[in-house]
Amino acid sequence: MHPAPSLIAFTVFSGLGFGLLVFLGLGLIQPVGWSAFFWFGLGYGLAVAGLAASSLHLGHPERALKAFSQWRTSWLSREAVLAVAALVFMAPHAAALTFLGQPAQGFGMLGAFLCLLTVLATSMIYAQLRTVPRWHHWTTPAVFLMAALTGAALLTGIVPLAQLLLAWLALALVAHWMLGDLRFHAAGSTSETATGLGDRGRVRLLEPPHSGRNYLMREMVHVVGRRHALKLRVLALAGAALLPALLLWLWPAAIPAVLAAIMLHVAGMLAARWLFFAEAEHVVSLYYGRD
Amino acid sequence: MTALPQSTEKKLGLVIDLDTCVGCHACVISCKGWNTENYGAPLSDTDPYGAEPEGTFLNRIHSFEVTPPDAPPMVVHFPKSCLHCEDAPCVTVCPTGASYKRQEDGIVLVNESDCIGCGLCAWACPYGAREMDAVAGVMKKCTLCVDRIYNDNLPEIDREPACVRTCPAGARHFGDLGDPGSAVSQLVAQRGGIDLMPEQGTKPVNKYLPPRTRDRLPEPPANLAALCEPSTEGLSGFLGWIDRTLGKI
Repeated sequence: MHPAPSLIAFTVFSGLGFGLLVFLGLGLIQPVGWSAFFWFGLGYGLAVAGLAASSLHLGHPERALKAFSQWRTSWLSREAVLAVAALVFMAPHAAALTFLGQPAQGFGMLGAFLCLLTVLATSMIYAQLRTVPRWHHWTTPAVFLMAALTGAALLTGIVPLAQLLLAWLALALVAHWMLGDLRFHAAGSTSETATGLGDRGRVRLLEPPHSGRNYLMREMVHVVGRRHALKLRVLALAGAALLPALLLWLWPAAIPAVLAAIMLHVAGMLAARWLFFAEAEHVVSLYYGRD
Repeated sequence: MTALPQSTEKKLGLVIDLDTCVGCHACVISCKGWNTENYGAPLSDTDPYGAEPEGTFLNRIHSFEVTPPDAPPMVVHFPKSCLHCEDAPCVTVCPTGASYKRQEDGIVLVNESDCIGCGLCAWACPYGAREMDAVAGVMKKCTLCVDRIYNDNLPEIDREPACVRTCPAGARHFGDLGDPGSAVSQLVAQRGGIDLMPEQGTKPVNKYLPPRTRDRLPEPPANLAALCEPSTEGLSGFLGWIDRTLGKI
């Protein structure tokens, strides 16, 4: 799949923002006054910036409001509805901490729950697609949820929790890659089933429908990512989980170490998310001789 | 709503005969022509006369080579357009309700004024039947020529999809696949029509008729090249007379 920068930014930064709001909603850190204003501002800012980035890849962003209507069937619509609901229900908690100096815990808990559901809905946009076997698996929501919570633990500097979550994130990433490598074959789609000619013999593309490229090939028959996949996986794993864990283990109380860990984690997750798209094989590539 | 109908009154669709398709791409052109001049945003081309021409098409012809284990390879031309699936995954993923499947005839359509151009439906389709138009920014797909098949302003013979109407080989058939007595359903039953990628669980309405088995030479001639030597043996008429007469001199 085409690794669109807008989608990579959307999933990484909105995940980080909603993860931070989960921590704030649950009261894992409880800033008050200006400090609360800053923390909630960061959470809301990341979440909203991510959502805004996602609208950049729309053909008609001016009609985006229509996307709130189909929550009964569409994960993309559910994600939009949940994101707004999470931000709205979190607001009284944020306002109470900022202006009254005490939490509105009920709103905080509800907001945190909705934030988690939003991240889950984001991951389900991809995990629901049978056409992309690598995504159509429980490891997709696992990676998205772990990434959101790990980023939040690093941002809030809760070191023991961050170390635990970094380990889980590493496991989720490795599981997504290793199990993902088996998924396309396991899904059973081949050039033979795509053409229905399998009972006659081996099938290969002789002539594509046109000499140039098309929307489908640009969007779904992306092959660049697979050449350096192993190197990128190592870099992403090191940046997103291993190096931050090492830094926190060496200097658990040092602010610069936590800041460096945050930087490395975000860079690593951007690389991992790039791979998430670039490595994903769509079954339509079978019609273009890319099996 | 983008929920799929429980069932549809008709299952209008195409039956494509892979045995007779000659790969001429006439259906590609007639489809592009009709759907650019009629319903919805035109199917745009970008850089049409330049180095990298590209365009939106609702119907494309791939050509495959099939190699049986014990016979020479054969070429199969393979037209591909929307299969108007019963369990259309492209419809349920749509966040705006722009994509829908009609209850009355099962046609899958896009309401272009509701489409935000997110592209998720194209990702959800295993067959590559949907293409985002680069100029209009909305999703385009085969409408089964919904603006022809019910169009009273057209002569009756033209009230079928443009691709079917134009096919010079008669490789494309249009009808109600939900009616077991219809000509298309009978054709599917006779020829063993198949679904594409059944493992994707989409239950496509369109069916493909596999190529008929080819004649096979039981034993190839010992010296094939010798058969190609020019020869005057058995030549009749004026040329035969000249050949025989000159041969006698």
